[in-house]
Amino acid sequence: MFVTSAYAQETAPAAAEGDTHAGTAVPAAEHEAFPPFDAKTFPSQILWLVITFGLFYLFLKRVVMPRLGGIIDVRNDRISQDLDHAARLKGEADAAVAAYEQELAEAKANANKIGQQASDAAKADAEGTRKKLEAELEKKLGEAEASIASIKAKAMKEVGTIAEDTTSAIVEALVGGKADKSEIAAAVKSASR
Amino acid sequence: MAAADKVDPIHQFQIHPIIPLHIGGYDVSFTNSSLFMVVTIVLASAFLYWSTASRALIPGRLQSVSEMAYEFVGNMLRDAAGKQGMQFFPLVFSLFMFVLVANLIGLFPYFFTVTSHIIVTFTLAILVIGTVVVYGFAKHGLGFLKLFVPHGVPGLLLPLVVAIEVISFVSRPVSLSVRLFANMLAGHITLKVFSGFVVSLGALGAVGIAGSILPLAMAVALTALELLVAFLQAYVFAVLTCMYLNDALHPSH
Repeated sequence: MFVTSAYAQETAPAAAEGDTHAGTAVPAAEHEAFPPFDAKTFPSQILWLVITFGLFYLFLKRVVMPRLGGIIDVRNDRISQDLDHAARLKGEADAAVAAYEQELAEAKANANKIGQQASDAAKADAEGTRKKLEAELEKKLGEAEASIASIKAKAMKEVGTIAEDTTSAIVEALVGGKADKSEIAAAVKSASR
Repeated sequence: MAAADKVDPIHQFQIHPIIPLHIGGYDVSFTNSSLFMVVTIVLASAFLYWSTASRALIPGRLQSVSEMAYEFVGNMLRDAAGKQGMQFFPLVFSLFMFVLVANLIGLFPYFFTVTSHIIVTFTLAILVIGTVVVYGFAKHGLGFLKLFVPHGVPGLLLPLVVAIEVISFVSRPVSLSVRLFANMLAGHITLKVFSGFVVSLGALGAVGIAGSILPLAMAVALTALELLVAFLQAYVFAVLTCMYLNDALHPSH
C-alpha cells in the first residue's frame, strides 16, 4: 500500500507473495515472517509511541481532565447548593408554620380572655343591678311596713278617741251632764289595758 | 499482490514506512503504525475536547460519554488504589483512552491496529511497571521490597515465596503486554481468515456464494465479539495498571 522505493526489501517478498499466492515460504526466508515480531520496526514504533502517547498524556492532563473534573465538580457543587437551598426553604416554611401556629394560639387565648372579661363584666353588672333592685325592694318593703304601722297606730288612737266619745255620750245619756274629758280618757285607757 | 493480500491474514500487521527517517543508525521512519498512533490520539483528544467544549451543567450525549469514561476510570483507580492513587489518574486515563481508541480504530477494514504489535503493548506495560518501580522506591525506599515478602510466612518457606513473588512481579509487564497484543492479534487474524473465506468462496460461482454465507455470518459475529474485546482489553489493561499502582502505594501486603 505504502511501499516506496526506499523500501526495496519490502517489495521483494511482496512480489514473491504474488507469485506463490499463499506467500508463506519465501517471505519467511527473506523477511522476518511475522510483522509483530520484526525487530527492525521496533525503534520506529517505540519512538512514535513515546511521542504520540506523551503528547496525548500531556493534552489530557493539562486540558481535558481539568475541564472534565471542573464540569463534574461544578455539577456536584450545584447539586449540593440546590439541596442546601431546598433545606433552607423548608426550614423557613417550618418556621412560618410554627409562627402561624403560635399566633393562632395567642389569638385564641386573647379571644378567650376577652370573652371571659365580657362575661365577668356582664355577671358583675347583673349582680349589681340585682342588688340595687333588692335594696330598693327592701326599702319599699320597710316603708310599706312603716306606713302600715303608722296607719295601725293612728287607727288604734282613733279607736281610743271613738271609745272616749262613746263613753262621754254614754255617760251623758246615763248621768246627764258632761263628764270630764281627761277622766274619761284615763278610764278608757285603764279599761282597754 | 492484491489477491494475496485478501487471503493472507498476516498482511494487515505489516508495517510500511510513509516518511523514511533514519537517526543514528536506527530506522525511525514515520510508518503506517505511527500514522495510526497519531490518528488514535487525535481522534481521542478531539472527541474529549469537543464533547466537553460547552461545559454543560446538564450534559449532552457526547459530553455524557466523556464524563462516563472519566468517572469510570476514576472510580476504578479509587477502588483499587485508594485516594492516594488519584495522583496517577492522568496516566491511567490516558492509557485507557489510548488503548480503547486504538483497539476500536483497528476494527475498521484496512485500518492498522496499533495494539496488535507486541512492542507497542510492551512499551505501555514497561511504562506502567516503570512508574510502579520508580514511585515505589521514591516513596518507600527499600521498604518497597516488602512487596516481595508477604506477612505470616514461615521462615523455611520464605525464600521460596520471595522467589515466586519476584518472578510474578517480573512477569507482570510480559503478561500485561502479551494479553492485549495476543487478543488483538488473534481477533484480527480470525476476522481476516473468515472474511478471506467469503472472498475465496465467492469466486467459485453460485455454490461458492451460497457456501460463503456461513463464514460471512461468522465474520459479522466476530466483529461484534471484537468490539467487546476491544473495550474489555482496554478495561483489563487499566484495571491491572490500577492494581500494580496500588502495590507501589502500599507495598506491604
